[in-house]
This record gives sequence, structure tokens and C-alpha cells, in this order.
Amino acid sequence: MTAIDKLDRSRRKALAGLGALLLVPVGPACATPEKMAAAIDAFTGAATPRRGGITLEVASLVDNGNTVPITVRVDSPMTAIDHVAAIAVFNERNPETGVAVFTLGARAGKAEVSTRIRMATSQKLVAVARMSDGSFRIHSADVVVALAACIEGEA
Amino acid sequence: MPPRFLALVPLVLLLCAGIGRAGDPRKSGFDFMSPSTQAMQRDDTQNPAMLWVGGGAALWQRKAGRSNQSCASCHGDATASMRGVAARFPAFDPHTNAAIGLGQRINQCRVRHQQAEPLAPESEELLSVESYVAVQSRGMPQAPPPDPRLTPALARGGRLFAQRIGQLNLSCAQCHDANWGRRLGGSTIPQGHALAYPVYRLEWQGMGSLQRRLRNCMSGVRAQVPRWNAQELVDLEVYLATRAKGMTLEAPGVRP
Amino acid sequence: MARALVHMQATARRGEVIGIRALIGHPMETGYRPGADGKVLERDIIRRFTCRYNGEIVFSAELHQAIAANPYIAFYTVAVESGSLEFKWEGDRGFVQAETMPITVTG
Repeated sequence: MTAIDKLDRSRRKALAGLGALLLVPVGPACATPEKMAAAIDAFTGAATPRRGGITLEVASLVDNGNTVPITVRVDSPMTAIDHVAAIAVFNERNPETGVAVFTLGARAGKAEVSTRIRMATSQKLVAVARMSDGSFRIHSADVVVALAACIEGEA
Repeated sequence: MPPRFLALVPLVLLLCAGIGRAGDPRKSGFDFMSPSTQAMQRDDTQNPAMLWVGGGAALWQRKAGRSNQSCASCHGDATASMRGVAARFPAFDPHTNAAIGLGQRINQCRVRHQQAEPLAPESEELLSVESYVAVQSRGMPQAPPPDPRLTPALARGGRLFAQRIGQLNLSCAQCHDANWGRRLGGSTIPQGHALAYPVYRLEWQGMGSLQRRLRNCMSGVRAQVPRWNAQELVDLEVYLATRAKGMTLEAPGVRP
Repeated sequence: MARALVHMQATARRGEVIGIRALIGHPMETGYRPGADGKVLERDIIRRFTCRYNGEIVFSAELHQAIAANPYIAFYTVAVESGSLEFKWEGDRGFVQAETMPITVTG
């Protein structure tokens, strides 16, 4: 092995080491798809939520990630024996995976909640509903978030 | 007059001539927003700016200064007395012998008539009163006063609009006249008609004046940012009001 | 006191499902943003929202930092009887605010 090969090898090792360093996230620990799955499991008690009967409505491309309107609707007669008990919303790439948990009940009359959320980047949002019979329903939506064009210093 | 500005005069005149005509090539920034942001502006029960309008309505009744008078003491019911006022600003102020914007005019009233401290620029109180006054002109056409004393400010504003500034060496006209509708990063470039100010800007997660937006644009192209109420900013406000003459006011609006 | 706006109808028929929209001015500071001096600004958010109908909780929300500034919540409730609805927001730094809206239920 020539001297140049050896130098090359050690440079590549150093670069690989540096590359590994760069992969370590700097700043607050972020939500991840795994953390979101764990949070959903915690909400459902590891029961399997079924798809259908719930919609998470959100624009697929938002104007600004700071304020994203969302609406969650669940199909339910909202009677004393058959209603939505709670709706939880999760994300997979913000610093925190939980967005909100809404507690409803038969007195809500209609299982529909709207709010405005923040999204740090393009990611998946998930809504999970807990029904009065202990079952769960789930719906997810993929949202594209673009940064504002002009990054402004606060003058 | 620099030749570059002369070239813009026919454009300005063409834009001004588009008053109320079907096929007016001018579009509000509202048209470039997504449906959910449009819904946020359209519905007063959803529009965050209404928090500031509510604040302004309360401040309108509050006595202030050595005079111990409120805005209502002189102006009565704002829904009547302030109707159409915001549409006519910026206006020429004979006391300072200069063009002034609505926010400055409100502070003039505070200092001269209420003998109170002026409200700080971009303060919640000033934005609240400005929003409350501006909403009384909602739905009316932008009506810059045909005051010849405003002509120098209008000319300066027009020149500044066409002038390249900052490290990025861009002029307002390059984006908002020549490239509106195209994308800058992920955003669609609007034409830059200031019809919705004060505005709840999603990027700010709060309320702001036209001057704040202009200063942000200038820092965005890495230009030196003028201080609040600097002549350049008021000149631009005067020019923008004429450029948008006849278009429908939306204040207080929502923008991305 | 923060500005708050609650929109709902003042009268309803018994059993009618009515929509309510609640908006409050609050920065919802996440606790991740650096301030002008570079130091991270402390978290300051509204954490809980409740709607009590004649004293009984009919809707509540647990909010996290991902709720946008000036929080907006729209929800529904059944008009069961006349009385009042109390809307309460609670959060960091001892933040508490309540607004009350009357309701007249006919039929």
C-alpha cells in the first residue's frame, strides 16, 4: 500500500466519522415515526385502531406551517351508549408528537372538532378516536409544508 | 426623472385605469392563498385579526391622556364616523407638511387632542385601534386622495418601488410587477397590493402593519431596513395606495 | 387579560346541536424558540380548555405546543336547557381566563 493509499484511507475514515457526527441531531429531540407509533399505542392501550368512520381533514399543501387548519370528523350517532369519548391528534416530525386530545361525550352532539396547528416540516398527521365501546378508529394525512420564501429578520 | 421610472408610468396609469372594470388585471393577495386561509379571512368567527378589532373597539371607549377623553368622546360611533377613512390613507398632513399613514394619524390624535403618549409602533394597542378603524372601510374601494401635495411622495415611492436594493439586488417591481403568480421558494408571489392591512400574518403568528411587511421584505433582500415611519416607508405606502386605487379593501385580513 | 372571542347562537331549540367557536389571544410559546439574545424562550402555552354547560363539562381539550398561536377551537354541544356556558382556558405561568355566554333553550 502506498503512502497515498494510506492517507486516502485515513481521510475516508475521518470523513465517515464526521458524517456519523452530522447524523446526530442537534437541538431538541424530535418526534419520529416510531415515537408517534408509541404515542398512539399509549392512547389506544396497544389495541388496534380500525380505519374508516373517521376523517382528518387538512390541506395537502399548506400556505404556512405556523398555522394549519385541521378538522377531525367521526361518524357517530353520539348517543349515551354509542358516542366518541375522545379524539387525539399526533404528528411525526415536530419536536413533540402529541398535538391535542379532545374529550367529547354524548353531550357533544356531533363528533367534529376543528383547530389550527403548527407543523415544523412536511410530515404525516394522525387522528385517533376512542369510542364509548372501547374501540378505536384512525385516519392519517400527509401534508407538505414549504418554508416561507423570505426568511426575515425581525426588524 | 430616471428613464427606468418613466417606463413604469404607463404601467401605473394602466393599473389606475383598471378601476372597477371587468378584466382588471390586478388581483388581491387573497386570490393567491389556499382555500383554508381564504376561509380564515372570510369568516369573522374564525379570523384571528378580529381579536385585535375587538381590542380596538374597547380602546376606542377608553379615556386617555391629560384630556381624559376617549376616541369616542370626539368621534362617537366609529362605525359611522370612521367609515371610509382608512380607504383615504395615506393622506397629506398640513401640520407636519408630509404624507402620513393611518397609524401615524391615530398617534397624532392621541398626542394633539388627547394629550396622551403616542402608542408605540407595532404595539398591540396601536394595531388594535388601526384594525378597528380599518375594518370600517372593509368592502370599500381604495381611494387615495387626489391631493397634489401628495405628488412628490407618490413619485418618490414609485421610484423606490422600481429600485434594486440590498445584497440580493432586487426591486419590489421585479417580484410583484414582473413575476407575480410565479413561485419564490414554496410561496406564490402576489402582486403586492396592500388591501388587507393591518394583517394577521401566519408567518408572524400575529398582527402587523404594512410598514412591518415592507421592512420584512427589505430585510429579506438583505437591504438596510428604514426605521419606523421613515419617509421611504410612507412614500411606498402612498405609491401602493395609488397602485391599488379602486381595488376592494379587505382589512383586517389574513395572509400566509 | 387576553382578548377572547366566543361565537355561538344565543337561542336554540331543545335537542339542537349547536356549533361553538372559541378564539383567544395567546402566543403559545413553544419553549423551543430562541429569543433575540439567543437564549431559548421559556414555554408558555395554554394547556387546557374546558366548556361547562350549567356547571357540567361537555367538552374539553388538552393542548400541546403544536397548537398554533391565538388558539382556535371549534366544537359542538347539544342545547339541553337554558342557562350559561362557561369557557375556561388554563395554562403555564398560572394563566387562567374564563368567558361566559348565555343560552336560551326553547321547546
